[in-house]
Amino acid sequence: SSSLTQAFPVLMAARSIKTFATVKFDSGVLLLSTHRLIWRDQKNHECCIAIPLSQIVFIEEQAAGIGKSAKIVVHLHPASSNKEPGPFQSSKYSYIKLSFKEHGQIEFYRRLSEEMTQRRWENMPAGQTIQVNKDPQAGRIRAVGIVGIERKLEEKRKETDKNISEAFEDLSKLMEKAKEMVELSKSIANKIKEKQGDITEDETIRFKSYLLSMGIANPVTRETYGSGTHYHMQLAKQLAGILQTPLEERGGIMSLTEVYCLVNRARGLELLSPEDLVNACKMLESLKLPLRLRIFDSGVMVIELQSHNEEEMVASALETVSEKGSLTADEFAKLVGMSVLLAKERLLLAEKMGHLCRDDSVEGLRFYPNLFLTQS
Amino acid sequence: MSKQLDMFKTNLEEFASKHKQEIRKNPEFRVQFQDMCATIGVDPLASGKGFWSEMLGVGDFYYELGVQIIEVCLALKHRNGGLITLEELHQQVLKGRGKFAQDVSQDDLLRAIKKLKVLGNGFGIIPVGGTYLIQSVPAELNMDHTVVLQLAEKKGYVTVSEIRSSLKWETERAKQVLEHLLKEGMAWLDTQAAGEPQYWLPALFTELYSQDITPEEAKEAIP
Repeated sequence: SSSLTQAFPVLMAARSIKTFATVKFDSGVLLLSTHRLIWRDQKNHECCIAIPLSQIVFIEEQAAGIGKSAKIVVHLHPASSNKEPGPFQSSKYSYIKLSFKEHGQIEFYRRLSEEMTQRRWENMPAGQTIQVNKDPQAGRIRAVGIVGIERKLEEKRKETDKNISEAFEDLSKLMEKAKEMVELSKSIANKIKEKQGDITEDETIRFKSYLLSMGIANPVTRETYGSGTHYHMQLAKQLAGILQTPLEERGGIMSLTEVYCLVNRARGLELLSPEDLVNACKMLESLKLPLRLRIFDSGVMVIELQSHNEEEMVASALETVSEKGSLTADEFAKLVGMSVLLAKERLLLAEKMGHLCRDDSVEGLRFYPNLFLTQS
Repeated sequence: MSKQLDMFKTNLEEFASKHKQEIRKNPEFRVQFQDMCATIGVDPLASGKGFWSEMLGVGDFYYELGVQIIEVCLALKHRNGGLITLEELHQQVLKGRGKFAQDVSQDDLLRAIKKLKVLGNGFGIIPVGGTYLIQSVPAELNMDHTVVLQLAEKKGYVTVSEIRSSLKWETERAKQVLEHLLKEGMAWLDTQAAGEPQYWLPALFTELYSQDITPEEAKEAIP
C-alpha cells in the first residue's frame, strides 16, 4: 500500500518478531523509525503492518522465561476515526505484544524508549502517514477504558519503582559496609608496610585471602608468591593436572586465552576469573610443577610443558621455512597445525635469534631464512 | 579483620537472598552495582573465589561471557584482522548463547572484555563514532591508528586525502598508518575505486548493514 513507502530514517531492526493482539503474526522483522513501528513478514514481504509512535501510551518489558521469549508490550491509544484500514477492524485489547524469538529485546526496548522520550515525530514533517494525529490535544481525550488501563499501569510502575528503589537502597547500604572493609584493609596494609619484619608469612597470606574475598586490589608491594594465595596455589596444582594432556596434544604449548576457555568450559560452574588463572600460572614455576608460564615480547602469554623447548622448535621452524623458501605466519600455522597466534610468536622468536629475517610489505609479514648469517 | 569479614559475608548473603535475581535479570541494576563497586574500590569480578562471585553469581555470568567473546573473535579474525564492532560482537554472542540463555547487554560485554585484557591476548576497547571497536589480537594500535579508525567509521573506509584534510597530516604519516592496518589484516585496499584508492575496514561492514540501515535499504525493506 502506498502509505507505507515513506522513507523515514529507520533506526533499528530486529528479527523473528511475533506480534499478537488477537491473532499471532509470526516470524517477522521489526523496524523502528522516528515515526513508526513497522512489522514485516519475513517470508511474505508484501505483508506489512505499522503503528505510529504517537499512538503509543506506554511500553513495558516482559523478561524471558523457560519456554517463553522476552517481550515488549505496547499499550495504545484508541484508534482515531480517520484511521486507515489495518489488519483488523477492531480489537478488544488495547495493547500488542512483540515477542523476540532471537534476542534483541533489550536494545530494541532501549531505542524505542528513547524515541518515545524524544518524540521526534512531533517536530519532523508528517508527510503521508497512516494515521494523522495533528491535534496535539487529541491525546488528551480519553475513552473510559483507557483511564482504567492507565491507572493499572501507574500502579504497576509504582510497584516496580518500589522494588527497584528497595533493591537500590539495600545495595547502597551494602556498599557502605563494603567501603568500611576497604578502609580497614588500607589501614592493615599500612601497618604491614611499617612493621615489615614483624609480620609473619602466614599473616600476610591470610590478609591476601581476605583481599581476594572482598575483591580489593592488593596494596602491599612486598610479595613472596606474587598476588598468590593458598587458593591460587591449589589452583596451580589443579591446572598442572588438567593441562598435561591438552598440552601434549598441542605440541607442548598453548596461549593463555586457550587455557582460559578450555578450563572454564570443562568446569561449567564456579568458573575462574582471568585474574585467577594468571595468578595461579605465575606460581607454577616456584611450585616446581611440570608446566610454566612464559610471556613473549609482544605480551602474549603462554603455558608450556617444562619439557617443551621453544628454542628447539625454532630450529625445526627454520627447516620448514627453508624448505618452502619463505612463509607467512598464516602459512606456517597451516603447515604445522598450530594457531596463527603461536605460529607468529615462534617465527618472531626465530627472527630474534637471528635465524630468520622478515619482509614486511602491505601484502603481509613474510619470513625468510637469514642468509646474511649462513652465507658470507 | 576476620570478624569484620564474617559480618560482611552475612550482610552480602542477606542481600543476595533478596536481590540475586534482580542482578541476574536486570542489566541496568548490574550497571549500578558495578559502578558502585568501582567507586569504593572493589572489583567484584577479580576472582571466582570472591564473595561477590560466589554469592551473587556475577562471576560465572561474566567469565562465561569471556569465553564466548574469545571464541567469536577467534572465529572471525581471518575476516576482520582481529577488529570487530561491539554491535557485531553482541549479535554473534547472542546467537551463540542460544534462545534460552539469559540476555546480555553491551555494557556486560565491555566489562567482560576489560577482564580479559589480563590474559595478554591483546584485548582492547577502541572508542569510535558513538560505539566501540573491540581488538582481540596483540597488534600495536597507537593514537594515530585509533584516530584513523575513528575517521573511517562513518563510511567504512577512508582515503589518504580524507586523512590529510580532516587530520591535517602529511601524506607519509597517513600512508604509514594505513599500511600498518593493511599488514595486520584490519584494512583491505580497493585500488579500483573511482578517484584514489580506498582503505576499507571489514570490521565496519556489518556495522553499516545490519541493525542501523540506510534509507535506501529501508525503502526496499518496505513494499
